[in-house]
Amino acid sequence: MKRAKVAYAGAIHDAVEHGAGLRLADGRVVAEEAVVWLPPFEVGTVIALGLNYADHVKELSKELTLTSKDEPLAFLKSPGALIGHRGQTRRPAGVKFMHYECELAVVIGRSAKNVKRENAMACVAGYCVANDYAIRDYLENYYRPNLRVKNRDTCTVLGPWLVDAADVSDPHRLALRTLVNGKVTQQGNTRDMIDDIPALIEYLSSFMTLGAGDVILTGTPDGVVNVNVGDEVVTEIDGIGRLVNTVVGDALFGR
Amino acid sequence: MIFMLNQALAHLQGAPLATEAPVARWEALASTAGHGQAFLPPTRGTVYGTLLNHRDALAELGEQVNAAPYKAPPQAPILYIKPRNTVVGHRVPVRVPGGTTELEIGATLGVVIGRTASRVSEAEALAVVAGYTVVNDISVPHASVYRPSMRFKCHDGLCPMGPAIVARALVPNPDALDIAVAIDGKTVQHSNTAGLVRPVARLIADVTEFMTLFPGDVLTVGVAADAPRACAGQTVTITIDGVGQLENTLVAGAAA
Repeated sequence: MKRAKVAYAGAIHDAVEHGAGLRLADGRVVAEEAVVWLPPFEVGTVIALGLNYADHVKELSKELTLTSKDEPLAFLKSPGALIGHRGQTRRPAGVKFMHYECELAVVIGRSAKNVKRENAMACVAGYCVANDYAIRDYLENYYRPNLRVKNRDTCTVLGPWLVDAADVSDPHRLALRTLVNGKVTQQGNTRDMIDDIPALIEYLSSFMTLGAGDVILTGTPDGVVNVNVGDEVVTEIDGIGRLVNTVVGDALFGR
Repeated sequence: MIFMLNQALAHLQGAPLATEAPVARWEALASTAGHGQAFLPPTRGTVYGTLLNHRDALAELGEQVNAAPYKAPPQAPILYIKPRNTVVGHRVPVRVPGGTTELEIGATLGVVIGRTASRVSEAEALAVVAGYTVVNDISVPHASVYRPSMRFKCHDGLCPMGPAIVARALVPNPDALDIAVAIDGKTVQHSNTAGLVRPVARLIADVTEFMTLFPGDVLTVGVAADAPRACAGQTVTITIDGVGQLENTLVAGAAA
């Protein structure tokens, strides 16, 4: 099942995919364009992985002074940074390098502490597509990557669907790509993750209790390029979804 | 949601909801006269920590800020998130993670947001504050602040908070509050929020320039230099004048 959370006719609804668009929990069938798409579940802790694809490590290695890999490079984001499918992401005037990151989002469905690798997949409720923007102009060398780079309002896009784990036969064999204005700029496959999903759940749950609604953004492959105001950025993962986002400028925000 | 407060809000363990009462009532229940009454955290919003926001904490780094890997002094506020699994209340025991003998005690003022705050000016910033609470932003000690592992700040229970949120109106100047840390009753650190690089209003303004704060969220103002350390069996008490006294005992964790 593919599940969504949408605003429609004055209320927020859980919905599922339907041949004609979406079927709301109360039975109404509505077109995809008739609703406002929200992140598809109540989001708890948002954990993101940096440098979890070998090719992306290579791409950024000069800047990152990466020498050895002893534990996953994970960082946190807050639910306030999230927006849904068909949303708008702000590009501040004057920045030089703002890029998307297409990522498989793993949604935790039950509390998990000290989970071993072999039991880890039983904690997964499902998957979404995430587009985790970064604005590298704001990078500073303290508690990297700092929140001003990675936790800006509108800069984490999640959706369109939460796809039930049972419907994804192998989450480590999914092609993913990003298209900017229809042109493919990033391609990869989840089989190239350095730390796979069970490894990430084992690692994180070794020190923190994960809860239902927590989400792990599993990192991005290489191919990140600058985007500009007016660009349509589509991040898609085969079998999971096609997440559409538009980059907008300061004028819309009265800046 | 707008989160308003005239007195002080706390959530006693065993009570169905957090409730508002005079500060003195929570002080009595939280003190030794309260017979060990434990509290739940007074809010469940997102907790943001601020790093190197005390002038003396920044001064501790000294010339290192200009050398690798930092290469320049910090420009914007340095923030991090204490996730929900870390937040516990007054008198709740804190487990020392396996493989660690000492924890670093991060005594700080928690600014609790009362109304949605986006692009708030410094002049208007205090108006978005519901009140203040005591936060113990505990870390597994780590020397580098370049790219530390998130687990240093994210083990379960490493963010005690409370006992209560004291209404903003009862804390006339958040930029002149004494903060004292005692371990087993002996004072080991004294600081004052007068030493902040970014005072409370300025910090709120600079943070909300790029990131919205929501009612119930907590923004800490950062910890002072010479953060003390404590180990299993010790009781840590943080006192902030007019805001509260937060006490937690460290207990031995499971083996690594």
